[in-house]
Amino acid sequence: MEPVLNTQNTQESVAIDRILENHCQQAGALLPILHAIQDAFGHIPDSAVARIAGALNQSCAEIHGVISFYQHFRSEPAARHTVHVCQAEACQARGGRELTAHAERVLGCKLHEHSPDRAFGLEAVHCLGLCASGPAIQLDDRQHARVDPARLDQLLHQAREA
Amino acid sequence: MPIRIFVPLDSAARAVGADETAAAIQQEAARRGEPVELVRNGSRGMFWLEPLVEVQTGAARIAYGPVGAGDVASLFDAGFLHGGAHELAQGPTEELPYLRDQQRLTFARVGVIAPLSLAEYQAQHGYAGLRRALTLPPEAIVDEVSAAGLRGRGGAAFPTGIKWRTVAQAEADQKYILCNADEGDSGTFSDRMVMEGDPFMLLEGMTIAAIAVGATRGYIYVRSEYPQALAILREAATLAARAGLLGDDILGSGRSFHLEVRQAAGSYVCGEETAMMESLEGKRGIVRAKPPLPALSGLYGKPSVVNNVISLASVPRILANGATAYAAHGSGRSRGTLPIQLGGNIRRGGLVERAFGVTLRELLYDYGGGSASGRPIRAVQVGGPLGAYLTEAQFDLPLDYEAFAAADAVLGHGGVVVFDDTVDMLQQARHAMAFCAAESCGKCTPCRIGSTRGVELIDQLRAGEATAAPRLRELCAIMRKASMCAMGGMTPYPVLSALDHFPEDFATGACPAVAQGEAR
Ligand SMILES: Cc1cc2nc3c(=O)[nH]c(=O)nc-3n(C[C@H](O)[C@H](O)[C@H](O)COP(=O)(O)O)c2cc1C
Ligand code: SF4
Ligand code: FES
Repeated sequence: MEPVLNTQNTQESVAIDRILENHCQQAGALLPILHAIQDAFGHIPDSAVARIAGALNQSCAEIHGVISFYQHFRSEPAARHTVHVCQAEACQARGGRELTAHAERVLGCKLHEHSPDRAFGLEAVHCLGLCASGPAIQLDDRQHARVDPARLDQLLHQAREA
Repeated sequence: MPIRIFVPLDSAARAVGADETAAAIQQEAARRGEPVELVRNGSRGMFWLEPLVEVQTGAARIAYGPVGAGDVASLFDAGFLHGGAHELAQGPTEELPYLRDQQRLTFARVGVIAPLSLAEYQAQHGYAGLRRALTLPPEAIVDEVSAAGLRGRGGAAFPTGIKWRTVAQAEADQKYILCNADEGDSGTFSDRMVMEGDPFMLLEGMTIAAIAVGATRGYIYVRSEYPQALAILREAATLAARAGLLGDDILGSGRSFHLEVRQAAGSYVCGEETAMMESLEGKRGIVRAKPPLPALSGLYGKPSVVNNVISLASVPRILANGATAYAAHGSGRSRGTLPIQLGGNIRRGGLVERAFGVTLRELLYDYGGGSASGRPIRAVQVGGPLGAYLTEAQFDLPLDYEAFAAADAVLGHGGVVVFDDTVDMLQQARHAMAFCAAESCGKCTPCRIGSTRGVELIDQLRAGEATAAPRLRELCAIMRKASMCAMGGMTPYPVLSALDHFPEDFATGACPAVAQGEAR
């Protein structure tokens, strides 16, 4: 579970300070900072943006611009689990489109949305480097290859039970 | 002596259950009181056999695969610890034709050693290249790389020696070595296999580059989709620094090279070298205008070498064994070997390192064994999402930069993605345009707006408007000529090749079985 977030949350505040401190000497620190914050909180909380801007002597707009440019970073909390389904060519050649359609059906949402119960977010990814064993997906931090619809159902079920 | 058993930690092996297989082997060995030493190696690159378990029996390693956790007990019953017969037994790994018939120079150790064992790396010629480089004047290192004929493996095939010389001759208080490990091209995974399977080779190559051009800092920019490669590289860098192979006074030479491993954040265009530098500086990945060349004004405006993982990983061997040995491989102006990645709808997908000059047909049928579905191979996309689609009539093309260019195609990073006859080439062309629209950095109009128009035109074609075809060609001509970088400039390759080689899929009223629109 992600920690509950609000601006008053001092734990969060301390954690952000520590991250900023760890990176203050680093050249080009913004991406490392954003990664560290997202790793800690699951997303980049709005409250962090002004603090980052202050620490790097940049404007909030600049920080927002960077966050929104990169697909990896998210400003909103993720669903409980995230499924990334590869949309790239080598997986297409092995039924990646059909697998995506199946995922949309069983999760009841489209790509870039989450299931109505917020148990799963469904995301696109362009290649996981598993192209000889497609179709490939990533479920939270584990990658899976040779995933047919039945295997996907099984993985989703395991995640739900876990 | 415990028997050594190898179970790959490569992401593609783990994604099909290698961790569970490894755990089952350990449990079963403990239950039976058999002393075993379980080694997590890189992958041999025969992915249809993963998880590929190898057992060291005397001098040879015997392969079993694909081994699921459920197969483990029966393997013990069959005496696999001594190479016993079993339906999953493949024989001695090195004698498997797929592997035996390769020229593994860069991949010589991948899948063989434990990736984070500096001792094993050094026992297998690791750091011999750096040791030799430290005895040479810097210009001689650059000469060696030039004489080897090494060209960049990231896609553009620019001579590495010329790039290094430019940086070496530039005057500056700071220079950088930047390793492009963004490996954004779909259908490619050779960088990943090197980073996960033989990380010290990359560090050694970067260190040699640093000494050759006078750089003291470097970055590896690793795509965020490769979390394990990132973790292994970071660990390898720590180990190398501890052993005096990175940091200050490398091997007592008085030379320093400080390396940082950076995580990218899911943007394809950040694989373009100037966008990558923007990203390393903490900005959005917007492509910079060239000139100035990164070699003269790169990261923070300082002279920078930008090279792909495989380019840099090729360097230690060139230095250790000499340029002549490397240049002896290859065809025409394409010297050395190319790690080819066979993916998509192929029976035996994997990593095939061969000297340039091997034909697509050999790769697809001799190595690959035809399509995985058993249906005829209809189209092959070579060189990533911006590469051309080739047809059966072109399968005798040798893999050689010039031969591909003459056929209006590219080798790129060496990805070969196979499609059977159920492919809908209009849908593939649409995907290429849609990908460009999604990943464009937005700096120039032909790419940013053109790609969106391209999607619309292809939709019109699907709807039966024949006049859209000439307009699509015109648009492609503009994108090709007027885009600032290869994102917009090369998207026409997959689109036009699909249109030219598979016109039947674009004919009015063509409506293949799989024609669900790709409105995502
Ligand atoms: C849109 C785009 C994406 C690219 N992605 C990569 C990549 O992921 N990895 C890479 O090595 N080169 C990539 N390149 C090529 C780099 O710009 C650059 O040519 C290369 O890193 C130079 O290294 P090399 O000479 O060793 O090939 C890309 C180029 C473009 C235009
Ligand atoms: S071609 Fe596309 S990606 Fe390249 S600079 Fe122009 S807009 Fe950016
Ligand atoms: S194309 Fe799907 S993992 Fe590479």
